[in-house]
Amino acid sequence: MSDLRDLYQEVILDHNKRPRNFRILPQSTHKADGINPLCGDRISVYLDVEDGVIKDIAFQGAGCAISSASASLMTEALKGKPVAEVEHLFEAFHNVVTTDCECPRGLGKLSVLAGVRDYPSRVKCATLAWHAVRAALERHTEPVATE
Amino acid sequence: MSAPPALSTLPPARAAGLDLARIRAEFPILRQRVHGKPLVYLDNAASVQKPRAVIDAIGECYGGYYANIHRGVHLLSERSTVAYEGAREKARAFLNAASVQEIIFTRNTTESINLVASSFGGSVVKAGDEIVITGMEHHSNIVPWQLLCERTGARLKVAPFTDAGELILEEYERLLDSGRVKLAAFVHLSNALGTINPIKLMIELAHARGVPVLVDGAQAVPHLAVDMQALDCDFYAFSSHKIYGPSGVGVLYGKQAFLEAMPPYQGGGDMIRLVTFEKTEYADLPNKFEAGTPSIAEVIGLGAALDWLTAIGLDAVAAHEHELLDYATARLQEIPGLKIMGTARDKAALAAFTLQGVHPHDIGTILDREGVAIRAGHHCAQPVMQRYGVPATARASFAVYNTRDEVDALVKSLWKVKELFE
Repeated sequence: MSDLRDLYQEVILDHNKRPRNFRILPQSTHKADGINPLCGDRISVYLDVEDGVIKDIAFQGAGCAISSASASLMTEALKGKPVAEVEHLFEAFHNVVTTDCECPRGLGKLSVLAGVRDYPSRVKCATLAWHAVRAALERHTEPVATE
Repeated sequence: MSAPPALSTLPPARAAGLDLARIRAEFPILRQRVHGKPLVYLDNAASVQKPRAVIDAIGECYGGYYANIHRGVHLLSERSTVAYEGAREKARAFLNAASVQEIIFTRNTTESINLVASSFGGSVVKAGDEIVITGMEHHSNIVPWQLLCERTGARLKVAPFTDAGELILEEYERLLDSGRVKLAAFVHLSNALGTINPIKLMIELAHARGVPVLVDGAQAVPHLAVDMQALDCDFYAFSSHKIYGPSGVGVLYGKQAFLEAMPPYQGGGDMIRLVTFEKTEYADLPNKFEAGTPSIAEVIGLGAALDWLTAIGLDAVAAHEHELLDYATARLQEIPGLKIMGTARDKAALAAFTLQGVHPHDIGTILDREGVAIRAGHHCAQPVMQRYGVPATARASFAVYNTRDEVDALVKSLWKVKELFE
């Protein structure tokens, strides 16, 4: 059970139970859907971008604890950040969930998802929301898939 | 949270006359530990493990007499051809087909269905015609028909099922009554619900209206004896890998009259009698539908699997699995918040469920760390998930080698899931 606690940390279980920014943004400037064809999970992300800054961000959908918590934590991390920082953060986050790297300081709470690296089949759950945000910012109209 | 209850008060294990220890000993893969725990393999509906007899049959082919079939004048080719065609006879006997000409080897159930959709469907189905399926089909018995409908302008009609997961026969009959139906295609045993459809009756209802029938038997054949003469179905499809045989081989049974009238599915070697640049004469059945070099050793392995299963006896297998499912159903229902999806009166081999507050993928990951392998997801039956309004389910599915102890391990791990998430 102890190694499972590395994956399912309290912060993750909490964000799964009470996801933050879990709503539709009626005035969003950007929106995209992310689909994991492997499991059928689907989330929608909404962004309100003004002057190159993410003023507000929200998501909706159904997914596992890892994808829900990751989406929730991501919205907290990205709110108020310049759009230009998204790629940088995503890259750092992706490294954390796929490699044995030291967690960079700038990631903050996102680093609780580092345990995913020991569960390769779950990496896509952790990155689904991020793929959707990148698609929204690139203004993809088709849902983006993890496969 | 409440503590897990003491082990069930249900009667002790009987194994329907099967020597389970001996059967398990025939599966080398089952001896291992995963994540430090004994492997409890309950993902049999996805693919089943292979007994030594099957592994050896493949090894003996490659190690002893392998060569290409149907063309060599040398001894190895003759021996391989005899073994390959011997497997066809075994498949014929297993299904009680009238003739080996009615047994076509394919890659899997999916290809068997695609063959019929393409060859039969392509030549018979026209704009305005209808294909009837049920709401509990695997994607492999939906998408080939959708593609056919797109090509021809035909329409796909879907017979619904009840909350328990039982087909609504009146609705099925109503769809058949349109006078435009060219084929009914439905699953024998649902991989997402465990429902056993009343296929004999469904075939009769279709035939009474002159509608031919294809049955997707992928999940059924490892658990139920099937008899083509008694069922009178026109096409029956299954996969080797779900019936203790190797992957890469499927079977399509088709009534000879249909198969003879149908055009070839793929062109190539082994399916011709004479080729000139002006015209090609096709080979007789079954070769007409087996273009190119097939999975020779794997077909022979399937033959060994059918021998192995027949020797145990499908009735004994079914009795054991039925008892296991009853036990699992009772034990799973002891877990608060656990809901079994698919409660048909006639059901076999698997329990699909959801656990309140925990996504099936998280259940799958946690169970894996306890050594218990299950499937979590949509089981390639997304319309079934949509029917129940869930994104996914967890599914424990059984094979002849599973035991009550393994059901106990499953249930114990599910209590751990609850503990972690509460």
